Amino acid sequence: MDLRTMLDRPTEVETSAVDSVIGPPTGSNGRVAFGGHAARAQRHLLLPALHAVQDATGSVTRGALGYISDRLTVSPAEAYGVATFYALFNVDRKGGPTIHVCDDIVCTQYGANVLCSSLDSSGTEYERSPCLGQCDRAPAAMFHQPGNGYANAAPVDSDSVGRITFDELSPGLIHQDLSQLTLLRRIGVVDPSSLDSYIESGGFQTLTKAREMGAEAVIGELKASGLKGRGGAAFPIGIKWEGVRNATGDEKYVIANGDESEPGTFKDRMLMEGDPFAVVEAMVIYGYATGASQGYIYVRGEYPTAEKRLAGAIDQTKDAGLLGDFNLEVRRGAGAYICGEETALFASIEGHRGEPRQKPPFPTTHGVFGKPTGINNIETLLASLEVVANGGDAFAAIGTDQSTGPKLFCVSGAVERPGVYEVTFGATLGELLDLAGGVSDGRALGAILMGGAAGVFADDSALDVPLTFEHTRETGTTMGSGAIVFFDDQTDFGPVLSRIAQFFRDESCGQCVPCRIGTVRQQESLERLLANQTLGTVDDENQRLSDLAMVMTDASICGLGQTASSAVQSALRLGLV
Amino acid sequence: MSITATINGRTVAAPQGSSILDACRQVGSDIPIYCYGPTITPANACRVCMVEVEGSRVLVPSCSRALEEGMVINTTTDRAEHSRKLVLELLESASELNRSDAEVDGWMSDYGADSQRFGPEAVTVSKPAKVEDDLYVRDYERCILCYKCVDACGVDHQNTFAIAVAGRGFDAHISTEFDVALPDSACVYCGNCIAVCPTGALDGKVAWDMKEAGTWDQSAQEVIQTVCSYCGVGCNLDIHTQDGNIVDVTSPMDHSVTLGNLCIKGRFGWVYVGSGSDG
Repeated sequence: MDLRTMLDRPTEVETSAVDSVIGPPTGSNGRVAFGGHAARAQRHLLLPALHAVQDATGSVTRGALGYISDRLTVSPAEAYGVATFYALFNVDRKGGPTIHVCDDIVCTQYGANVLCSSLDSSGTEYERSPCLGQCDRAPAAMFHQPGNGYANAAPVDSDSVGRITFDELSPGLIHQDLSQLTLLRRIGVVDPSSLDSYIESGGFQTLTKAREMGAEAVIGELKASGLKGRGGAAFPIGIKWEGVRNATGDEKYVIANGDESEPGTFKDRMLMEGDPFAVVEAMVIYGYATGASQGYIYVRGEYPTAEKRLAGAIDQTKDAGLLGDFNLEVRRGAGAYICGEETALFASIEGHRGEPRQKPPFPTTHGVFGKPTGINNIETLLASLEVVANGGDAFAAIGTDQSTGPKLFCVSGAVERPGVYEVTFGATLGELLDLAGGVSDGRALGAILMGGAAGVFADDSALDVPLTFEHTRETGTTMGSGAIVFFDDQTDFGPVLSRIAQFFRDESCGQCVPCRIGTVRQQESLERLLANQTLGTVDDENQRLSDLAMVMTDASICGLGQTASSAVQSALRLGLV
Repeated sequence: MSITATINGRTVAAPQGSSILDACRQVGSDIPIYCYGPTITPANACRVCMVEVEGSRVLVPSCSRALEEGMVINTTTDRAEHSRKLVLELLESASELNRSDAEVDGWMSDYGADSQRFGPEAVTVSKPAKVEDDLYVRDYERCILCYKCVDACGVDHQNTFAIAVAGRGFDAHISTEFDVALPDSACVYCGNCIAVCPTGALDGKVAWDMKEAGTWDQSAQEVIQTVCSYCGVGCNLDIHTQDGNIVDVTSPMDHSVTLGNLCIKGRFGWVYVGSGSDG
């Protein structure tokens, strides 16, 4: 294959940024790429290379994209298609510092729109961003500076939001007694940048134990534990791991899904930032149990601290010889909610647009690079460590019959003490609200959004519902990603629903018609309803929304489109607008 | 070995490797298809061919889902028909479909699809046509993003990779790198993207000009089959003429040599025929 490459040449800074990822060039005349199979086999470095130039210069220029295409033997049109898919790449625009201000459903409760107005009036350039995963300390911003990369800032005010700083944030405050907690017990206690500190706390003993038990026994304990995935789909973990182990083929992969982007969700950020060695340990066990020799931790692009801590943890663990034959890498997302969907995440790692694939075939047999792949959410992986450490039966004894173990919830919005809370399955929503200090300023409860933008609104009748997979299913609510956003009774839900509808319109990958066009029509219809400018009667407009909800749910390729109407429909049923 | 399944209550046996769509066609069940093409790997994007499969929470795309032993498939349930109707409405509300393959009009009326229901303010993909040369036109207000042109240009046929999907969501669109004009891209002007385009978003310049002027009249056209004389490969050509002039050249999709594909010479090297003695 001889690809026609672009004539635009890269600058020295761009060249060295790309070479730092791909290595020095081995031969090209600048007109035709000579890489052959060896270069094409490196297509998975496309995103890392794009990140490298974006980090170094603040944009992806024609020269840089042309050079990357040349080096990887990816056609310039395809590389352009990939680069323009991700919100964090400034393709063909001027570089320079960027301020991203979160204006999503939690940050707006904390004055995000006022912040944006203040930036507008001072003439400061900024971009509005979907949820940045800092909901426990809203309102949030993220800065990008060429040469320095990204940094989070939260909470920000009208003064600090315009000033780019690179102060490192803590993983967040824990408002519970750490000695009573399992998944969170090392946060703020164990130094996340020190392997020694992790080992002192008992770290890597579980890995030793797993190797002594043997792979099949590890999977046996996981099956006995009843552990189900915490990312939203609640799939039994033992069965998933066993599926990968039993899949035919020598080349297998395991992936930690840290692309936490569901609005109102920040628990995985806390775990990755505060307990990165535990994520690494769990991944080594995952590889051992399934027979995978390569692992990836895919971290959302908006979590620079998590990415740095995990990369550091991997390096130290490797240097200490604890990885064995297992190879583990961090991969950064680049601003795309859809990449949290497992098949879209595979496409992203492979260097493609983050477009989901039809299932079946399922990841256990056809995952990343078309090979058998195990993929789990970060919280799930930390829970799997507990299973191996203490045995499946002990884990199964916690919680209810069908929902076992400890569970993290991200409580945010109109509560006194937003944060990550650990409870055992069976605790009610009301108990969670009490833990968080009740509704802010003594106000009354308005509504609760369970499971983030892809979730459902509930009213105070849901406060008594135990938060388990079975009870939420029975009551038509959801736990989803573990996001619980509270709204007080002063809330105007119109703008909240508008933001959610906008979110899905922005984040649809665009691949399938029901979602690509349906999310747009849903937003248009909702805006008409909220403005009392319905096409026909209010009933007509509601029927239109309900028809759109049905086609998106029935016919979209992936979970994004299938849940894009969920929050809006539930809010309409509750009469919130 | 064949696979046995049930479609609309009828038992059907289909060869291994059949899709649900293949099996449905075998029993004469007429399912609309838009992004599917016989010579292209199914992109599974338009979602107009959805059917109901027992045991599946959501509807299933018949074009790209392999038939499995014992599958119970229903193509005419309320849910499947509602989904198809809505997909057709959504498509027509966003893109200009009046030069689509002929059967689209039939589906619209069969399913009672009314794209006007989203109102006059519904955003569309409307944009000026790209007329960059004398060979062909990219009229992207007609594009439904079926991926066929990308796949024909790429791994399915031409391996040129001049175009790809860029952007995201409703802003997703077919583009060269940085939207450069085709002559500045990797395009080799084979026109194999035109051959697979189902909506007239990609068209030969002569045909597009006639359609714009309202002089294109398919019923007045003749198709003469011949073999391309430019080289020895032996591609079949369908020469489309109207009023004694060549207006388009295609190749049959079921031709074993071309699968509908041609090169720049076969597809476009005929304009001299009508240029007169002063040529």
